[in-house]
Parts: sequence; C-alpha cells; structure tokens
Amino acid sequence: MKINSPLEAYKYLPQTNCGECGEPTCMAFASKLIDRSGKTTDCPPLIKEKKFAKKLAELDKLLAPEIREVAIGVGDRVAKIGGDDVLYRHKLTFFNKTKMFFDVTDTMEEAALVERVKKITDYKKFYVGRNLLLDGVAIRAASNDPAKFAAAVKKVIESTELPVILCSFNPAVLKAGLEVAKDKNPLLYAANKDNWKEVGELALEYKVPVVVSAFNDLDALKSLAKTFAEAGIKDIVLDPGTYPTGKGLKDTFTNFLKIRRAGIMGDTEIAYPIMAMPLTAWMSGISDPISASYWETVLASVFTIRYGDIMLLHSMDPYATMPEVHLAETIYTDPRSPVAVDSKMYKVGTPDENSPVLFTTNFALTYYTVESDLASNGINCWLLAVNTDGIGVEASVAGGQLTADKVKDAFEKSGFDLKKDVTHNTVITPGLAARLQGDLEDKLGTKVLVGPMDSGRLPGFMEKNWPPKQ
Amino acid sequence: MAKKVKLSEMTDMFKDVEILSLEGVTIEGDIELDLSGLGGGFDPMLAAILGQENAVLAQHFARLAGIFGVPVGFGGAPAAGASAAAPAVSPALAAPKFKDLIPSKFDFSNIEEWTTQIQEVPIGNTSADGGSRGKRVVVGGEKALPFFPDAPMPNRNQVTIDVFDMRIGLAKAVKENYDEVMDSPGEWAKKNVEKFNADMITIHLISTDPLVKDTPAKEAAKTVEEVLQAVDVPIAIGGSGNPQKDPLVLAKAAEVAEGERCLLASASLNLDYAAIAEAALKYDHDVLSWTQLDMNAQKELNRKLMKQCNVPRDRIIMDPTTAALGYGLDYAYTNMERIRLAALMGDEELTFPMSSGTTNAWGARESWMVSSPLKEDSDWGPREYRGPIWEIVTGLSLAIAGNDLFMMMHPTSVAVLKHITQTLFGTIEAEPIDLANWIGSGV
Ligand code: B12
Ligand code: SF4
Repeated sequence: MKINSPLEAYKYLPQTNCGECGEPTCMAFASKLIDRSGKTTDCPPLIKEKKFAKKLAELDKLLAPEIREVAIGVGDRVAKIGGDDVLYRHKLTFFNKTKMFFDVTDTMEEAALVERVKKITDYKKFYVGRNLLLDGVAIRAASNDPAKFAAAVKKVIESTELPVILCSFNPAVLKAGLEVAKDKNPLLYAANKDNWKEVGELALEYKVPVVVSAFNDLDALKSLAKTFAEAGIKDIVLDPGTYPTGKGLKDTFTNFLKIRRAGIMGDTEIAYPIMAMPLTAWMSGISDPISASYWETVLASVFTIRYGDIMLLHSMDPYATMPEVHLAETIYTDPRSPVAVDSKMYKVGTPDENSPVLFTTNFALTYYTVESDLASNGINCWLLAVNTDGIGVEASVAGGQLTADKVKDAFEKSGFDLKKDVTHNTVITPGLAARLQGDLEDKLGTKVLVGPMDSGRLPGFMEKNWPPKQ
Repeated sequence: MAKKVKLSEMTDMFKDVEILSLEGVTIEGDIELDLSGLGGGFDPMLAAILGQENAVLAQHFARLAGIFGVPVGFGGAPAAGASAAAPAVSPALAAPKFKDLIPSKFDFSNIEEWTTQIQEVPIGNTSADGGSRGKRVVVGGEKALPFFPDAPMPNRNQVTIDVFDMRIGLAKAVKENYDEVMDSPGEWAKKNVEKFNADMITIHLISTDPLVKDTPAKEAAKTVEEVLQAVDVPIAIGGSGNPQKDPLVLAKAAEVAEGERCLLASASLNLDYAAIAEAALKYDHDVLSWTQLDMNAQKELNRKLMKQCNVPRDRIIMDPTTAALGYGLDYAYTNMERIRLAALMGDEELTFPMSSGTTNAWGARESWMVSSPLKEDSDWGPREYRGPIWEIVTGLSLAIAGNDLFMMMHPTSVAVLKHITQTLFGTIEAEPIDLANWIGSGV
C-alpha cells in the first residue's frame, strides 16, 4: 500500500458523506480503506459514477498491497495467496493465511489416489468456532508421461472441489494437464531457466497463475519473474527452492527473508507470493516416517512464520497436519482484535426450564472450548457469553473485564430472566471466576455455584451438583 | 508399520547435534564401523522390531548420516528410484511471445534502524570464573532478528530441561521418560544432561508452595546443592510461583549456590523482586525478569531491576511469558517479536536475551488428550506423537520471534528444537540435496 493515512485516501473519495457505505462520513470510510477492513467497491458512488472513474483507478493503485495477491482455483474453495503489506504481523496483520497443498502422484493406484484426495478434502480441525482445513492438491507428474498425467489430473478434479497445482518441468506434460483442468484455474508448476518460454506461453494461453522456479538463485528468479511480467503475466508465484537440511536450509530461510523484504520495501519485480516445499524433508534421508513427518512439520512452521504463502506438503499424519494448520491460524489471525463471539445467551443442545444456566466470556477460544465440552457430552444448557472485550476468563478477571456488574448487564441485555425462564434460579460460574461468587449472589439475587476450573470437567461436576439441592 | 517406531529412537537420532557438527570426524569413523556388513537391502523397520541391538544402532546412524550429511558407506540412497527423465521440451510449444530472459539483479539491503545489540548474558561459572560448572552458557548478543542475514547471531539457542523437587503429574508422553528418576532431583538432572543433551538444568522448587508441601527454604536449598553436585552444567533455580514464599526460597538457594552464577527464576512485579535481585548480586547469580505478555510491564520491571536494585545489565534475562500453540501463541509470539524489534531499534529497557517456558505447550489439549472431544474432527492420531511436536512448534515459533533460552521437558522436543535452531544458526552441515528431481522422487 503506497499511502498510510486516511487523509490521503480521503482525497480520492466523493466527499459527500452520503452514508451509502455504511459509514457516517467519507473520512470514516477512508480509515477503513487504510486499515484494509473496507474496499473501494463498498462506496457505491465511487464505483457507479463515471466522473469518479479516474480517481477510483488511482486510488485502487495506491491501495494495492505490496505483495501481489494471486488466486488459485475457482468457487468456494479458491485459494488466495499473497496480498501482504508488512513484514511483522503486529504492524497491521498478515492477509491470506498460508495455503497448505498436499501431494499426490500420477503413478499412484487409482483407488489410493482418490482416497488420498478425499482425505485432504475432508480434513478438519475445529478451532474457535470454525474448522481449520487443508487447501489443495499438488499433482506431481512423476511418470513424466502426458497421458498418465492428464488421467491423474482428471481423477483428482472429479474427486474434489479443492484447487490444484500441476507439477512438472515438462511443458508437454503441463499442457496435457491443463487441457483437463483448464476451467479450474490451476497453478502451473513451474517455469525454470530451461523451459520458461514454453511454460510462459502456456500460462498466457490458458490464463492461469504460474510458478517461476530458480533454486537458490535470486537473480535468476527475479529475471524469470520480470520476463513474465513484461510479457503480460500477472499471477506469478516464486519458488526459490526449499532445501530441507544443513546450510541449504539456512540459505533457503535467508532467501525467503530477502525476497519478502525487497517486495515490501517496494521492489515490484519480486513482490510476489512465495512457495515453500516442506515435503523435501522426505528427500533428506530420514528413513523412518515419524521423524520425516516431524522434520516436515518443522520446515512448515519455519516458513509459515517467515513468509511462505503457499506450501507443498506430504505427510497427512495428524501430528503433522494439526500443528501446521494451527500455526498458520496463529500467525495470520488479526492481532488488532481478539477473536470474539457475540455477547448473548446461547442454547447448547435443547435446554428447557430445568436446564442449568452457565456463563463464560466472549473470547472465541474460551467460548468454543466450553461450548464443545458441553455439547459433546450431551449437556443441554443455557450458556451466556459475557462481553469481556474478547478476553478469556482468567485474564479478564485479572484485568477487570469480568465483574459481577458485567455479568448482570449481560443477563439483562440477553433478555434472559433467571426468575422466569428457569425454575432453579441458579447460575454456574467458571472456576477461575470463583471470586465473583458473593458479589454475583448479591447483584443477581440468585444462587451461584462455582464450577470447575477447566470446562472439560463439567460433565463430572454436573453429575454431582445438578440438579442443585434446594 | 509407521506406528511401531519408538519415539526414543527418534530422540537418539537428533541427540548429539553439536557433537556431530563439531566433531564430525570422530563420529564418522564410528559410523563406518557400525555400518560395516550391512547391505543395501537392510530394512531398518524390520530390524528395529526384531530388536537387534547392532542393527538398531546402525539404523540410528544411517538416519543421522542422512540428516547431517555425514558420508557413510550406507547403501540405500534416500531418494533413489527418482525418475531421472530430463524435461523434454516440445519444440511445437516454443513461444513467439518470449525472446530472451530479461536480466535482473536482486538487491537486498540491511535494516538500518537495527542499531543496538542485545546484551550478552553468561550463565554458570567455571573454575576460571570462580565456580564449579564444567562450562558456561552465553545467551544474547544479537544485532538482528534471529537467523537474519543482516548480522550473524553470536550465540546459539540453549535448552534447559526441567527437574522438579517432587513427583508431579505430567502428561503421559513426558512422564515415560522420567518416571524412574522422579524421586531424585539429582538423578533426574543427570539423566537430562547425559541422556537428553540438556545445555542446562532448571530445578523447580515447587514443593515449597504452602499449598503443596510447604518445604522450608533451608531444606529446598539442599535440593539445589544436590543438583549442583549431580551435574556440572549451569542451572536455573525456580520457585513455586508463590509470591510470598519465592523470595525467601530463592534467597536461600542463591546462598548455597554462591559463586555458581545460576539463573534465579523469577523476579516479577507481584512479589518482592528487590529481595531476589539482592540475593543475585550478593551471591553472584543472574535474574529472570518475568512478566505476563505485556511489553510495558516488562520495561517497568527491567527498569526497576536496573535502577532500583542496581542489577547490572549482564545479569538480566527476560521471560515475557509463553502461551501454547492454539492457546495464545499469537500473543506470546508477537509480544516477543515486538520486544526484540524495539530492543534492536534502541529501547535500552528491552535489550536483554529472552527465555521461554516452552513446557507450557503441554497445557494445550491437543498435546495430551487421548483424542478429540469432538467427533466431527479428523482423527487426532496417537497422543504420544502429538505432544512433542506441539512443544517443538511452540518453541520454534518463539525462537524465530527472538527467544534465546528454552525451558523444556520432552527429550524429543529438545532434540528436534536444537537441531532446527542450530541449522538456522548455521552450524549444521548436511550433504547437499539435488532438488531438480523432486517431482519424480520417491517421496
Ligand atoms: C493469552 C493470555 C493473555 C492474553 C489474553 C488474550 C485473550 N483474548 O484472552 C493477553 C496478552 C491480552 C493477556 C493479558 C493479561 N493477562 Co494474561 N494470560 C494469557 C494466558 C497465556 C492464556 C489464557 C488463555 O487464553 N487460556 C485459554 C482459555 C480458553 O482459558 P479460559 O478462558 O480460562 O477458559 C478455560 C477455563 O476458564 C474454563 N472455563 C471457561 N468458561 C467457563 C465456564 C464455566 C461455567 C466453567 C465451569 C468453566 C469455564 O474452561 C476453559 C477451558 O479450560 C494465561 C496463562 C496461561 N497459560 O493460562 C495468562 C493469564 C491468564 N494472564 C494473566 C494476567 C495477570 C494478565 C494481565 C492482567 C497482565 C497484565 N499485567 O497486563 C493482562 C490482563 C489483560 C486484560 N484483561 O485486559 C494471569 C492471571 C493471573 C490471575 N489468576 O489473576 C495469567 C494466568 C498468567 C499468569 N500465570 O500470571 N493475557
Ligand atoms: S459511500 Fe462513499 S461517498 Fe458515501 S459516505 Fe461512504 S465513502 Fe463517502
């Protein structure tokens, strides 16, 4: 982004304060553009009225992220990568979480291929109200045979909606794959110093994003990117090579840093998303699969943090994928605001007037942890999420966002009446909020039971304490 | 098949990281010895299951050889079977659009704002320094973010492995490694150093907590002496976390460990930090300055230690708090990265090495629960493999953010964390790997 104050963006807006964007003033809207929570398309006059066309074009240029955003695939599961403006997440936030593509080869048995693709597609890990997923399939032309490759690509795209990467250095093989997958906007891997003309031509002909590859040679990588850009190819991804061990790995780490720093600092010729290949861990001679999975996860972690935008991975073992998807979520959550749920009364299962009433905070991690502990144990109940500005129980008790007044306020706002909506007039607090008990009894005029410290122990607690003795 | 490999084997594989990188030659000879007589058809899995002592050893070395690139006479090349077909360029496709590659040079410049060096802090006194430690550990000294090309890192990351002064509840995967030594802090410390390659030991005097055993400070100090005698690596001494008792306990421990330059853990804003600082100065120790995910609190405490308590700069290490992957690592990561960036840019209240209680990773459900509490989740797999990698990823992330010293528990986590941080540090050699054929390789 070439500008950094709302004032600069304001100059390009209609300045009528019409309010159609949902903001009271154009200036307010301008600050949303600068923190990237709003897009120019959200201002109807700017988009619709001809007289603003020039300003719109200029503004879009100024607002474009430093690192080019590239989309792979089509439909709901399209994988967007790149689009970053900063080197450190606290300076703004990172955009477009690192995308995890898992490999298959065209030499796999058909049944095994389909099974693996299904496994990639169906993977999910619940986390703060959503599922962490895997992002795509990288199809390796291990056979180097166009017909075989085309058949494998066909099988894969029939089996999944996920985006695909077509992997071969042989243009004839890539073309065969493209013929089958041309409507799916696949990523072409890869153009290198030997095949770049042919692969570049394919990218132009089929209008697909393409990887340029030069192992541990940034001059060559930049040459390729520049040559492609000048030929009109916009969607470029960089592969500087991922060496899995020793000095090679250190060089790779350095290359990723250098590329991203140059890009963010304004070198547009190399300001593209970067591809990492943790799967090269499997080429490093580690013979037992668990150690290889571990090492692959280690590489994935390093490059999730330091600027890998898309990754090719191999191990589908849960102890590899789970930390990988969690770390991408960690590094890419917006540090400007804690993830929170709406502060209101939630029903867990099918509660009635005899069901217990509990409260927790609106920090998404806390809320969903508690909710899933209750739901998965079949406890029907009422669960109030108190607005603690998205802070968890212990920190909000310590920081003053969780008080008896706040809980009372939340009950009132939710419209839930402890005296009428339930028969027991009892509230269960988190164990870590035990010190609110007395105050709560006074303020709410109800009985207050102190629950366990960890919501995972709620089932046992309920067995002992519910229904409450009158 | 995959499930049968024991974690302990993997731990061995990564165990002697530094030894290998420094003394590669001797080891190389050993490996050749052990591997003689093994043909290319050797099946390490099978051998391991059969429990053949020699074969298992050879297998470890073979793996080591692979990952460290130590040349050994082992037959089975890892990526053998890779299809060697060169990219056949079809002339029909040759493009008129492109003529020649446009030459371009990649430019890279250092960050000018990084003007301040992080303080170097030594832990442990050898006989030359008036103590009895066999070696000294030095942390800090960076002039750039970790592993960045702007300026080389002067000191590698260090790992201190936890010892507790009483038997405690631990995740199953961790406990397995320590069960037989948990009643003897000395034996426990020894095992950490001898078997698990700990750079340092942390003795946590948790039994001193009035709500636990209320062990008197004097008695707890005996445990510290026991550990100092059992091992000769530098040690960190931790209290129970009780703000009233910790200053007393740490002061007594500091006294019996006089002259050893231990790391006293911790001074914090909610206890009598001045008492801890005083003990450190009087008996020649370092202070761990611990705050809870709050950069401003960290500045405040460091300032107080320096200005109020006169602790010299080369005796302060910070612990800005570690939250586990999935449980606040986003805060912990960014807190450390911000602290380190501010320090490099000249904030003298933050120019100290950092320490992480990486063991916190074991608090995450994903690391210890038998299986997912949600039936919709994909299979979580065996927990004995989940826990160590959770600790590794938590620690590794913080290593990249700027953390120097790691307090850890699982031996595999220690081994792998050391291996990756030392690779990025630049002291690990490995045989170069040809990536050109990755598409067709047998991965
Ligand atoms: C991440 C974190 C933060 C983040 C908070 C992020 C957020 N959005 O919440 C940040 C950096 C902002 C933070 C700040 C502070 N923190 Co803080 N923080 C932590 C940390 C590392 C993890 C907390 C967490 O997220 N846990 C996971 C969630 C899911 O847990 P939870 O909300 O408690 O929910 C569990 C239980 O409470 C229970 N539960 C929840 N709801 C319910 C409901 C019922 C009915 C029942 C029965 C059970 C139940 O089950 C849940 C699952 O186990 C802990 C240390 C640790 N490792 O625990 C310190 C900790 C909580 N923080 C602490 C402190 C002191 C603070 C600060 C005051 C520090 C400061 N000087 O600024 C500030 C306060 C900020 C504020 N309130 O404005 C202390 C609290 C000490 C105390 N007991 O008083 C802790 C324990 C660290 C410590 N050891 O000293 N912190
Ligand atoms: S819609 Fe456009 S013109 Fe109207 S207030 Fe918003 S920014 Fe201003």
